[in-house]
Amino acid sequence: MNIDKNARYRTSHEYARKEGAEVVAGISDHAQDSLGDIVFVELPELGKSFKQGEAFGVVESVKAASDLYMPMSGKITAVNGDLQGDPSLVNKDCYGKGWMIRFSPTNAGEWDGLMDAAAYEKEAGKE
Amino acid sequence: MPISYPTGAVEEHLITRRSAGLFDIDHMGQIEISGPGADEFVSHAVSSKVIDMKDGDARYSLLLDEAGLVLDDLFVYKLPGRWWIVVNASNREADFAWFKKLAGKTGTPALKIIDHSEATYMIAVQGPRAIELMDLVSGKAVSVLPRFTSGELKIGGIPVLFGRTGYTGEDGGELFFPAERAVELWELLLATGAKHGIETKAIGLAARDSLRFEAGMPLHGHEISPSINPLEAGFKWACDFEKDFVGKAALERIQAEGLKRKLAGIEVSGGVPREGYEVVAADGSLKLIGSCVAGMFCPTAKKYAANVFVPPEFAKVGTKVQVLIHGKPKDAVVIKRPLYIPAYRR
Repeated sequence: MNIDKNARYRTSHEYARKEGAEVVAGISDHAQDSLGDIVFVELPELGKSFKQGEAFGVVESVKAASDLYMPMSGKITAVNGDLQGDPSLVNKDCYGKGWMIRFSPTNAGEWDGLMDAAAYEKEAGKE
Repeated sequence: MPISYPTGAVEEHLITRRSAGLFDIDHMGQIEISGPGADEFVSHAVSSKVIDMKDGDARYSLLLDEAGLVLDDLFVYKLPGRWWIVVNASNREADFAWFKKLAGKTGTPALKIIDHSEATYMIAVQGPRAIELMDLVSGKAVSVLPRFTSGELKIGGIPVLFGRTGYTGEDGGELFFPAERAVELWELLLATGAKHGIETKAIGLAARDSLRFEAGMPLHGHEISPSINPLEAGFKWACDFEKDFVGKAALERIQAEGLKRKLAGIEVSGGVPREGYEVVAADGSLKLIGSCVAGMFCPTAKKYAANVFVPPEFAKVGTKVQVLIHGKPKDAVVIKRPLYIPAYRR
């Protein structure tokens, strides 16, 4: 299992990584591996605000469709348009080219409630 | 057969389209029918014309009930002195019982119906390099067989019935042989591919589904089923109205009354259509007009597509409809089927 040490995680397998004042989010390597080949990603409109835990999009693999949940509350500032043409970027490089959204957090304190890499590795290893 | 191997479903699909895929399809059933009156019995039991078949020929057919509904779809092989009928795994026991019941009504007392599924293993080898691979292991015994015929071969000492048939839209074949030799033959095919630089990989169920879907082939329980008749599913070509067969009278009645719905292919934007999703009118009314019986991402066509049953007026190519995906209407348009024209028809 590949883990981004700089990111924090939700139990539903989304990651969040601070980049300046903003946060980049996507799904973990464990999540992409258990979903299998990803064939479609639906992402939100720019400027839209979500609360922590709210669904911001959908990831569809060959097998099934799964909702994507906000790791922290925030306002969408960018989405990864490359996923429209090549959703398999999520399988190939989930923490890099397969990122999904960038948002400016509206409740910075939520960061501390997310699992760090070590805790997530332990959690995901149980599945 | 797993949903996918570590290769991944999309790559498995693409390997089959560019080189050679191996399919572990032992779940398929094989029923043999022989004895006096077997030719007439099989001709009456199945929908397509079979009486003109020569030894070695293989032909697609449907098994219908008296109401003209599709109990199963079959590949019928005529072999010297016997008929070899390949049936779907989930229908195997019901098909066998159906043939037995039908034989009790119309067959001769000496007619023999045997289920060979347990003793017979089945592997499919499919792809543009499948015949080359099969020629290597069989001493060039395969390329001489025309499409939709079969031959008895020896591969590494294993007796194999090889049908130049398949369920992917690619050239290749399906192998029937003694079940206890399965691992040996599977490994021989992989090793021969590796030795001769023919990319050969195991292919899972998800890729088998996307390959057959693109090529316009039905999956029983989806495009055809015991609640679907062959006319609405586009399989009139597999029904020989010149002969007598089970379900014929019902189909003639259905034909005369006119079809209430038809199978159509649609391309969807903005989501992945899947089985069970509702199809609605595109005029903003969201009026329910049908549902998806199969849907997926098609790796070669690079489209999100579904097969749907809709009233005939919505089934014309170019008609705009919508599909409800996670509760949201997504635009779709009726397209020409199949998405991928089988290699052997080009």
